Amino acid sequence: MSNLLNISPSPHIHGEETTRKLMLGVVLALMPALLTSVIYFGAGALIVVATSVSSCILFEYLLQRFVLKKPISITDGSALVTGLLLAFNLPSNLPVFIIVIGSFVAIAVAKMTFGGLGNNPFNPALVGRVFILISFPVQMTNWPVPAGIKTGYADAITGATPLAIIKEGLKNGESISQLMHKVPTTVQMFLGKMGGSMGEVAALALLIGFVYMLYRKIITWHIPVSIIGTVAIFTTILWLRHPESNASPVFHLLTGGVMLGAIFMATDYVTSPMNPKAMIIYGCCIGILTVVIRVWGAYPEGVSFAILIMNAFVPLMNAYIKPKRFGEEVKYG
Amino acid sequence: MDHIILITIISLSLLALVSAVILYFIAQRFKVYEDPRIDEVQAVLPAANCGGCGYAGCRSLAEALVNAETFDGLYCPVGGAEVMAGAAKILGKEAPVVDPQVAVLLCNGTPENRPRTSNYTGASDCRISNSLYIGESDCSYGCLGFGDCVKACTFGAMTIDPLTGLPVIIDDNCVACGACVKACPRNIIELRKKAKKERKIYVACSNCDKGGPARRACKVACIACSKCVKVCEFGAITIENNLAYIDAKKCTFCRKCVTECPTNSIIELNFAPRKPKVEVQTETVN
Amino acid sequence: MLKTFPIGGIHPPEHKLTANQPISYLPVPASVTIPVSQHLGAPATVIVAKGDYVRTGQVIATSKGFVSANIHSSVSGKVSKIDTIIDSSGYKQTAVYIDVEGDEWIESINKSSEILTEIKLSPEEITKRCLETGIVGLGGATFPTYIKLTIPAGKKCNLLIINGVECEPYLTSDHRLMLEKGEEILIGVSILMKALKVERAMIGIEENKPDAIDHLTKLASSFKGITVHALKVKYPQGAEKQLIKALINREVPSGHLPLDVGAVVQNVGTAFAVYEAVQKNKPLFERVVTITGNGLAKPGNFVVRIGTPVSDLIEAAGGMPGDTGKIISGGPMMGKALRNADVPVVKGMSGLVVMPLEESERLEVQPCIRCAKCCTVCPLNLEPYLLMKLAEKGLFEKAEEERITDCMECGSCSYCCPSDRPLLDYIRLGKSTVIKMARERNTK
Repeated sequence: MSNLLNISPSPHIHGEETTRKLMLGVVLALMPALLTSVIYFGAGALIVVATSVSSCILFEYLLQRFVLKKPISITDGSALVTGLLLAFNLPSNLPVFIIVIGSFVAIAVAKMTFGGLGNNPFNPALVGRVFILISFPVQMTNWPVPAGIKTGYADAITGATPLAIIKEGLKNGESISQLMHKVPTTVQMFLGKMGGSMGEVAALALLIGFVYMLYRKIITWHIPVSIIGTVAIFTTILWLRHPESNASPVFHLLTGGVMLGAIFMATDYVTSPMNPKAMIIYGCCIGILTVVIRVWGAYPEGVSFAILIMNAFVPLMNAYIKPKRFGEEVKYG
Repeated sequence: MDHIILITIISLSLLALVSAVILYFIAQRFKVYEDPRIDEVQAVLPAANCGGCGYAGCRSLAEALVNAETFDGLYCPVGGAEVMAGAAKILGKEAPVVDPQVAVLLCNGTPENRPRTSNYTGASDCRISNSLYIGESDCSYGCLGFGDCVKACTFGAMTIDPLTGLPVIIDDNCVACGACVKACPRNIIELRKKAKKERKIYVACSNCDKGGPARRACKVACIACSKCVKVCEFGAITIENNLAYIDAKKCTFCRKCVTECPTNSIIELNFAPRKPKVEVQTETVN
Repeated sequence: MLKTFPIGGIHPPEHKLTANQPISYLPVPASVTIPVSQHLGAPATVIVAKGDYVRTGQVIATSKGFVSANIHSSVSGKVSKIDTIIDSSGYKQTAVYIDVEGDEWIESINKSSEILTEIKLSPEEITKRCLETGIVGLGGATFPTYIKLTIPAGKKCNLLIINGVECEPYLTSDHRLMLEKGEEILIGVSILMKALKVERAMIGIEENKPDAIDHLTKLASSFKGITVHALKVKYPQGAEKQLIKALINREVPSGHLPLDVGAVVQNVGTAFAVYEAVQKNKPLFERVVTITGNGLAKPGNFVVRIGTPVSDLIEAAGGMPGDTGKIISGGPMMGKALRNADVPVVKGMSGLVVMPLEESERLEVQPCIRCAKCCTVCPLNLEPYLLMKLAEKGLFEKAEEERITDCMECGSCSYCCPSDRPLLDYIRLGKSTVIKMARERNTK
């Protein structure tokens, strides 16, 4: 056999990139944010991440091994990314059993029922997150305030997120200028010193991850930039019209899950559109939906819902929004 | 609190009632007349929707059967004579007598018979391999072994034998729908008339090369020596394009050609073992 | 900012091992096998018989039909047989086997090494000479050159583009040719300009060959209308339509030829062959072949007679390494894997890449993660993931709507797929099926 030549259609060489490398690249890009949350939220952050990641991988393994009886694919790193992203969307003092439920929903319901990696229409981590947000609203909105690495798991001081403070305050008739004293400063928010899900607080750390992913060409700029741009423009319009009842665009961008959602959740390969034109439309729609939910909706935060809603439209976009082909619509002659 | 529940129940019931009435009238207004016999015939058909009859599915065939004057050219290979008789009874027409068929592979290029000369590592697909080059051996006619036929078979009648690298047809499951015949890019699967006890005699080769190159590429290639033609008393064997062919309608299963063939390219299947004095050269696939 | 084409493209590792190896002549082999179909189009008809004595440069098969090319003997000797051979295309075809006796060239060939600058032939005569001498595109597509020089009525050509891009990894035959035969190439370009009746010619060269760019720029100053342009390194810049886009920023409409934007593209190797054919009256019976690969002891660039067994060439490069897994005719991106080393060198063979076993194995196919990398790198802005799915499922009508026939099979999609999916394998299948379907529709 060894002296027979291999024959295959061209190309005969292959790039360095593999699914596993891409997934590990995402994991690496998430590391600055993980580090920040460990600094701010202490051991709680580590416990949440460890639980989420290990249960996601375990559920994927168990399902493939015993239920689906398919080859085990946990080594491709996708369950690892799902677990990390799920953890990033959770408060750092969430009871372990809720995290396990969230992981189960993410992997079993949102991913495996559709046929595993590559076939799920909705972002698994977000499905898991939204499921437990709706099922356990109290625990899920009980945000620990950053207190440093010494704080234990259960006795963390909890408070509301800046977005929730604003939403509640506006409902009680307070104006933005009054409320602004109750929330962290812009610099604090940029560095992540505020209440919130453990991964979403530090805009700076997330941006470092974004730059890394752009450098490695793991993602393109289209989705994050269009989401962030749309949120910025939309909230600027609202802010300029009624500065006393609408928070500033900077506040909107730095709070909640805009950064995490735009950079890591909406850009999930499987559930985002395939071509730049559709990516920009997808990003803009997510941006608009996010602001609409934040400003007029019942929830203080809307990124997860906005992304999940737009996920549903991705197949439609792939089918009808086509890139302009080379040599198309060119004048003849 | 109570009256909210009451209002809800009443309003929803009213909504349901109104919708039902609207739907009823729409259904009446846009009713399409269909020959009720189509449903009856479809009920008789095997509902495999394999397309073996040449129509898109069983319903299309049922429509065609109802609309046709005679059953000429309309035949369900899956259901066979029984089903066609059933359909004929419903429609009051004559069912044609068609011989049941079974698929056979016209190649016996196992690795021992047909040495590999290269190793294909592209996508596992016969069509792609076929469009790239002549194949892993020197035979440019034989089986490629990537199982397009197996993928096409919806009746579980085909598997690839891991030892020979060739597809195996499970006669009991094969309904002669012809999906594999269409799927094979080399056209080396044939639907042949079924015989008693699943007996088969056929030339398991498709190589149209002259004797020399054919033999060099594969030990069991037909070299068109025409010995079988001479030995056949019933004129069932013809040679065309350097390849012998046994007409299943004329063949009487005397097995003389099998022993005559110098390259053992004629295969006999499902026969009782020969008497010991004759040299046994049988290939059993099942 | 250097010019390049705007959409997609990749940058595979270059591995130009032989860029500094001067071209040397491979000794005439003991026997040659010359297939009669070394070009796009109808195979040529053999006009010699077994036992005939042929001389180097003599026509042994004549073109049949419009798209076809003459085949010449590359050696002198006796025709031992006319038989079928499985050549580098992977299929059987007729070939003329010749046992070499000496090396006697036909008299009409000017064997001197002097450079002839003056172009004596008229445009029509040049085209006719290209037909007679069997010149085909030497970039790999092997399209008969005389057809490209025959401008159909109603079309106008105003620019000649010379392709010195050589964007395929490993290959250096064009690079060496530009360095060593620069003047001849430029005369060849002038000849092509005369035949096409154009005033301007642009030579596009990627910036990874700075010596060739310098050399040709210096020489081109004494040639009227010829300019040399450095291009950014990006695969597949050597594709006609991409090169035109890069150089003059015009898109050839889908389904049309470069001539529709007024350009004709020729390879530098072709320009050199045209020079030899027109000025020296030498038919195309030898060409420069790069023999390369990481396992080879002495990779190099050789002038090889057409019909020489590939194994001779590998021998000259230091012998076949023990762990050889694949031999590729052409570059690793678009070239064709050979079944064995006995196949002959043909006109379209710009290089041979000998690949170790471990590099030649494909990785396991994993599910598509819809990362859209294939869409990003496709130079034609197609959606390879979709085309593959459609071809795999047999939905060819839909694939046609998605412009599967535009695909030029550059392989960028398969190259960059992180799941190692055989995208191009299926797209090629879909493309050929769709073309067949369209042809059947037209004949109806």
